[in-house]
Parts: sequence; C-alpha cells; structure tokens
Amino acid sequence: MKKNLKVLVIMSLVLIIGIISTGCGDKRPVINVYNWGDYIDPSVIKDFQEEFNVKVNYNTFTTNEDMYVSIKKGGTSYDVAFPSDYMIERMIHEDMLEKINKDNVPNLNNIEDRFLDLEFDPHNDYSVPYMWGTVGIIYNKTMVDDVVDSWDILWNEKYDGQILMLDSQRDSMAIALKKLGYSMNSRDEKELEKAKEELIKQKPLVYAYVGDEVKDLMVGEEAAIAVVWSGDAVAMIRNNSDLEYVIPKEGTNLWFDNMVIPKNAKNKEMAEKFINFMQRPEIAAKNTDYVGYSTANYKAKELLPKDITNSKVAYPIDKEIENTEIFKDPKDIIKLYDDIWLEIKAQR
Amino acid sequence: MKIKWTSYPYILWMVIFIVVPLALILLFSLTTGEEQGIANLKFTLDNFKRFLDPKYIDILWISVSLALKSTAITLLLGYPIAMIISREIPRKRNVMILLLVIPMWMNFLLRTYAWLTLLGKNGFINYIVTKLGFQPLNLIYNDNAVLLGMVYNFLPFMILPIYSVLTKIDKGLIEAAEDLGANKIEVFLKVIFPLSIPGIITGITMVFMPAMSTFVISRLLGGGQYLLIGNLIEQQFLWVGDWHFGSAISIIMMVFILLTMAITAKFDTDKEGGGSLW
Repeated sequence: MKKNLKVLVIMSLVLIIGIISTGCGDKRPVINVYNWGDYIDPSVIKDFQEEFNVKVNYNTFTTNEDMYVSIKKGGTSYDVAFPSDYMIERMIHEDMLEKINKDNVPNLNNIEDRFLDLEFDPHNDYSVPYMWGTVGIIYNKTMVDDVVDSWDILWNEKYDGQILMLDSQRDSMAIALKKLGYSMNSRDEKELEKAKEELIKQKPLVYAYVGDEVKDLMVGEEAAIAVVWSGDAVAMIRNNSDLEYVIPKEGTNLWFDNMVIPKNAKNKEMAEKFINFMQRPEIAAKNTDYVGYSTANYKAKELLPKDITNSKVAYPIDKEIENTEIFKDPKDIIKLYDDIWLEIKAQR
Repeated sequence: MKIKWTSYPYILWMVIFIVVPLALILLFSLTTGEEQGIANLKFTLDNFKRFLDPKYIDILWISVSLALKSTAITLLLGYPIAMIISREIPRKRNVMILLLVIPMWMNFLLRTYAWLTLLGKNGFINYIVTKLGFQPLNLIYNDNAVLLGMVYNFLPFMILPIYSVLTKIDKGLIEAAEDLGANKIEVFLKVIFPLSIPGIITGITMVFMPAMSTFVISRLLGGGQYLLIGNLIEQQFLWVGDWHFGSAISIIMMVFILLTMAITAKFDTDKEGGGSLW
C-alpha cells in the first residue's frame, strides 16, 4: 500500500511538471499581441491566423501605464503592442522597443503623411500608426441646456453628480491644465499644483471616475456629461442619438496609438507580418468600422461608408484640431504626476 | 520532527506558492532598485517611512473602518441566519445552505457588476422608487454602496462557519440548561453563544481579510472615487510600477490583518475551540 502511494505521488508530480513544461499540442508558431480592450475586429485575428498559419495569443490592457508595467516587469514577452504617443517616447527612451524593418511593412505607404514622422518617433523606426483621435466632452442634449464649448462645464455646479471623468491621470490633468490656460505638457510645479487644486475642487461634483463603463453609463442616460475619447463617442452616438461630442475651445489632446515590437519579442518576423497585415486597406477598414476610432490609413478611409468618414467626431476638420497638443512623456517628473493623482483620488 | 514523505508534495506546494512569494514581498518592501536582479537591490526603510505620510494613513484608516463596519454588519446579519438554518430539519437545512451557496458559483465580478444595474440612477431600485412617486435615490458611487458590496459578497463566509459550529452543538447541553431552569435567553447567552465563539472568530477573520484587501468592489461601486488600501497596492503594482512601495503597503496590511486576528483569537484562548474550522 505504502509503495503504491509513493508511485502515485511521483507519477502525479511528473504529470504536473510535464503539463507545465510542454504546453498544448498546437504545432503552429505563436504570436503574442497586446492591445487595448475592444480595439480590434475579432474576425481580423481569425483571418490572420488562417492566412499565416499561426496562433494569435491576444491580450488586452486598459491604460498605457498598465501596459508599460507588464511589458517592463511582467514575465510574458509580447510580439506586438499598441501604446500611445508619449508611452512610445518613453519606451524608445528606455530602449524597450525593437526597430521595425520597413521593407517588411510595405503598407506603411498607406498611412497618411501627417501621421508619420511625429515627434515621439521621428522616423517611424519603432512604430506604425494604428488609430488616432481626440479627447472631448460628450453630453446629453436633453439633460444639458447650457452651451457646451469649454472645459468649464465640467466644473458647473448645476450638473452636480452628473459628470463622469476618465479614470486616467494624464487625461484628467490635461483637462485641468487646459482649463487654466496652460500647456498639458506643463513641467512647472506651480501650474501642476494649481491643476491639482482644480481637480480637487471638482471632485464633489463628479459622479464617478470611469474607464470603459462610460459607454454604458452615457448611453443609458445615467449621467449628463462625460469626458471621452473620440472613437468611443462615435460608438455612443450610434446607440443614443441625444448625445453630442464637442472639442472644447481651450484646446485638447490629439493622440495616436501605434503598433510597436517590444525588445523581448520572440517572433519579430511574424510581428512585422502582423503589423503589415493590420494596415492592409480592407483589414484596416474592417477594424475602423468595428471599433469606431479614426484610421490613419487613407486607403482604408476610402473604403469606409460616407457616414463614417463625414463624421466630424471621428474625422474633425483641420480648424477644429489646430488647437491641440500631443502628450509628451513627463520623464523625470512622473513621480510628481503619480503623487498628484493619488492625492486627488484620496481626497474625500 | 519526522515528516512523512507523503506530505512532500504539500510542503513543496507551500514553499513555492506561500513561502517564496511572502519572502519576495518582504524583500522588496525592504529594498530599492531594479527588481530584475537581486544584486541591484539596496536595503532601505524608506518604503515604510513613505507610508507615514497623512494621505496614506488616511487611506489605511478608511480601509480599516470600512472593513470593520462590513464585518460587524455581516456578523449581525449572519448570526441569526446561521441560527435559523441550524434549527431546521436536515433536509430543509441542506436546501437553505445550497441556496446560500449557489450565488457563489457565479463569478464574483459579475455579481458585483449586477449591483451597478440595480443601484444606478435609472436602475431597477430607482425605477420602483420613482414609480411610487418618490425622488430617485443616490444609491451608487458612495461609501454605502461599497459597504453594501462587501456585505453582500462576504456574508456567506460569515454564515457558513457559524452554521457549522451551531449544528455541532450537543443538543443535550441545551436540554440540560432548560431542565435546570434557564429560560430561552439564558440558554442562548450562557450555552449557545459561548459555544459558537470559534465559529464567530473564523467568520470574522474570513470576512475581515477580503474586506480589508478588496480593490474591485471599491472601484466598481465606489466609482473610482474611493481609494482603499487594496486599490493603493494595485496602483503601485500595475500603474506606477513601484513594486517596493507596493510590497511595503502589502506588509503593513498583513500586519493589520494579523493584529485583528490576534485580538479576536484572544477571546478564544480559554475555550476548548472544538468546532473551529481551523
């Protein structure tokens, strides 16, 4: 009996180790993709798997910071990730990204010129544009009777308990800084301090600080005013026609989400194939139609229905976005940002 | 002490999944530098000193008081429920326990999300309230909503240990007390309640621990406006990337949990502790 038990214990240990070390029987090569939640048409992944006979391991994140920490410290290696402008700047600076061989990504030619060679990646050596957009205010026309054209509306006591803010330190700080007339990339401690006070002053009026839930809350008319990214606004207006999106006159943030290959990527060749695939006009059009954000691919834009490309929410005219800023990485003062945000959140 | 070889797998398991992670957290909390290599780490107490800032102490205080409140409410609700169930005939009793446990088969996150649609401004409860002609209530994104979420989610952890102790109480003891002239209240205070203390202590620990460390409930039902100690740890690990400070906060939280366990266990020292789950 005792001997049998011993055999059983050893066998089960061997079995456990065996399972851990071999994985499943799938012989296809694997590519790990790390993207924002709800940011791709799922059928595109299927198409890619079939065409290139690979398995796509698809994971999602909710904020740039979240993604940065798991690539920097997490045990998984990703082959393709989708960070935004300032985060790409930081990752290049910290030598976390692999250079992309442009010969393997010919579809880079489909990208509009104005989305290339931007300050955060001057020659697009490290990143290929995916989507872009603005940050603005969405409001319910039946619940708000003031003119909405300024960030000030988010401090209007009339809408106490009906305002939704983004649970994101960079975006919230940007709004307060813009409201005060400063740059959203301010490095001046006094300006940041004032912005903090503004946000603390606003806190009692705020219904909640939210992430992706904002879509359900605004469509369901749980709140009157919310800060949102333009692409989400497109999706929300599709579901509730009382909603309207505005870019405030003080100016806002213009952002870009690009595709990059992290340094520890295991399958760089396939990663480049994936990036190139994503910028095929018909694939890019499929994604754009599905997620509601604005494509940087002009050939894809031509394939989209007119009601999308004529939408001023997704494709604002130049005059509307001349007053915008692109985020820069705060680099050495990042700790100050973290502290300020913590203080705002801890305030009661 | 001689250890039986059959226990090796469990010892291995405990070392890999309990001892090593705890040691790592302690190590990170006492050091600074890049986490990738042990050689880069430098010893420091700064992570703990940093926590002494009033803003962190405030967060700790709020977390402790919310956890204590939810533990007290679950105890006040859970004890009578456990009592009622334990007095039923076994067949009925099993059905009632089953009904209590069934919601726990569903994902915890999903159950908490469900409250969002119940408590929202246009949610189910407010729908009824406005139909009855009252003003809609402010039910969500405040302290009470977080408290409700905790009580709802952790109530079974209070009921089950108390229930299991109550069912094991020797009926002869109660009969003896009655024979000797004790009335119902005296029987409860002098016999049933003292015998059920081990269950209460287990219940308190099992509710207080998750209530203290939760970060999902406070985020979903608190609307991101309430930073509890769990949120603070989550933030340090996932967004800020300061594992050292995050580990220090975890250690401080563990100390607080240990303290409450020690305090509650004090009530149990002179008892025989026959029915405890531990």
